Amino acid sequence: MSRYEWIVGFAVMAVLLALPSIADMADEPFWVTLVARTLVVGIGAIGLNLVLGYGGMVSFGHAAYVGIGAYVVGIGFHHYFEDGYEWMNNGWIQLVAALGISGLAALVIGAICLRTRGVYFIMITLAFAQMVYFVFVGLDIYGGDDGLSLYEMPTFGGGATLGDDRDLYYVAWVAMAGSLFLVHRLINARFGMVIRGAKSNDRRMKAIGFPTYRYRLTAFALSGMICGLSGFLTANLTEFVSPDMMHWTRSGDLIIMVVLGGMGTLFGPVYGALAFLLVEELLSAFFQLWRLWFGPLLILVVLFARGGIVGLLKGRVGRNG
Amino acid sequence: MNWILLVEQVLNGVQLGLLLFLLAAGLTLVFGIMDLVNLAHGSLYMIGAFIAASLTQLTGSFVIAAILTLPATMLVGMAVEVLCLRTLYDRDHLDQVLATFGLILFADDFVQLVWGPAGMDIRLPEFLRTSFEILPGVVYPTYRVAIIVVGLAVAAFLYFLVARTRIGMLIRAGASNREMVGALGVNIRLLFTLIFGLGAMMAGLAGLMAGPILTVQIGMGNDILILAFVVIVIGGIGSIRGAFVAALIVGLIDTVGRAFLPEILGLFVGQLAADTAAPSISSMMSYLLMAVILAFRPEGLFPPRSG
Repeated sequence: MSRYEWIVGFAVMAVLLALPSIADMADEPFWVTLVARTLVVGIGAIGLNLVLGYGGMVSFGHAAYVGIGAYVVGIGFHHYFEDGYEWMNNGWIQLVAALGISGLAALVIGAICLRTRGVYFIMITLAFAQMVYFVFVGLDIYGGDDGLSLYEMPTFGGGATLGDDRDLYYVAWVAMAGSLFLVHRLINARFGMVIRGAKSNDRRMKAIGFPTYRYRLTAFALSGMICGLSGFLTANLTEFVSPDMMHWTRSGDLIIMVVLGGMGTLFGPVYGALAFLLVEELLSAFFQLWRLWFGPLLILVVLFARGGIVGLLKGRVGRNG
Repeated sequence: MNWILLVEQVLNGVQLGLLLFLLAAGLTLVFGIMDLVNLAHGSLYMIGAFIAASLTQLTGSFVIAAILTLPATMLVGMAVEVLCLRTLYDRDHLDQVLATFGLILFADDFVQLVWGPAGMDIRLPEFLRTSFEILPGVVYPTYRVAIIVVGLAVAAFLYFLVARTRIGMLIRAGASNREMVGALGVNIRLLFTLIFGLGAMMAGLAGLMAGPILTVQIGMGNDILILAFVVIVIGGIGSIRGAFVAALIVGLIDTVGRAFLPEILGLFVGQLAADTAAPSISSMMSYLLMAVILAFRPEGLFPPRSG
């Protein structure tokens, strides 16, 4: 990464950190909620970027792990509320469970999916995500199709919750910075070299003696965990979980964010998430049917701006950007 | 478990399987020959259903509407191919997935713009609203029988087209080596547009036939599309025969599973637990099947011979 990219990345993160104060000054408290949504979704995009951008694994099912993370919060609340299990509404326990279960799900699903290649991989990750989706649609005790509303927020000891959007905003910022740091360290370690090497030539990496399957699977599970973190925060933000969060079109949104920002770049997913939600917000302010414009816009981006926003920053617009 | 219900469910399964085949055949033709992943195939199915619903209201006859819907969806498909997909053939699969995902977003809102947010019903003519005894004691709706007959006829036609005609020869040749077919003087661009139109027409046919049974609504293509993908992945991408077999398997498993899983599960666990778990499990079954098949045969049941 060039120094220029680092400066822009840090500048964006700094602006995001200062945003609640800016919103105060501008007297627009709505901004905080809006950008908090970007942060929590962006964490999911950072997770997906680890496999999609660096590993070249086009997973079309990452919304499932986001959903699992969110449902841990929803299910915890449900049993606390209905059955009085106090510990199940403990935010720390939920956080650990959200990371653990989404990581485990990604490990199991990834173990099967990574046996396949190319377009089969796209399809099978998609199908597994649909499977998870239908599990939750069918689970009537957790609201089935309609989902669960969280009337009370999980507590983090001493009555602290993430119910206040401003608290949540800062926590999400820290989580995002943490995820970026983790991805940066992973990618520049030997581990990252192997998955990046396997992206460009898997057979050669195997020939050198790296068990690339295990490396890819680890990356897949880690990316599932980051998505689980995103889901955990999303549930705290929206105070609602539903199977809709895992619908395959949500996975498509995550891919769009990663590609829009710049695949396989550290800050790309952050820019992508910001751009995605900004465009959505702007278009939907002007048009009721905003996707009528967003769809063709997406096609144009795919056709003409392959490097995404990071590619534009580098000044190299074009297919191989 | 009574056998009349079983026969009915098996017929329903075959019927869903044939609808899935119509969708999957178009998907797999386009993928096998042009190497294009088209997520917007479900949108063509939806548009077919909406066009059929409108034409039925306009002409007052479902049969006339059905006959007009086929060329209409073919034209829509060819227009989409020329305007948007043509540039995507030499891109990687991710680009194709994204661009066709953009098409889905566009199509869903476009349909809402033209037809409004509410769904539509397709009214069947009198002679299709009857039912008759197909086996002693088994009464089955005429329209559903018609779907099965049409589905089988299309499958036979497609087999004939691909295996026995000059167009089919070019399709098969195009699947193995595009450049060579082009070098031999075949207008490959036109051929691709025609194949895409053919796929779109079959998707439209599936949409118009499903319309009277399900409601015609926005997003109706998005979930059945994934099931069609499951079908072509199980069957082996690019293989029409694989798509046919896999579509019937998936249709049967889905339908029969939904009908009998609560009873079957009830034999092993308590009836209450079975009733709770059955809906989840039965909608997962096709996906589970796919996972199991891919775990053993990563290329599907009938991988196409050419690479």
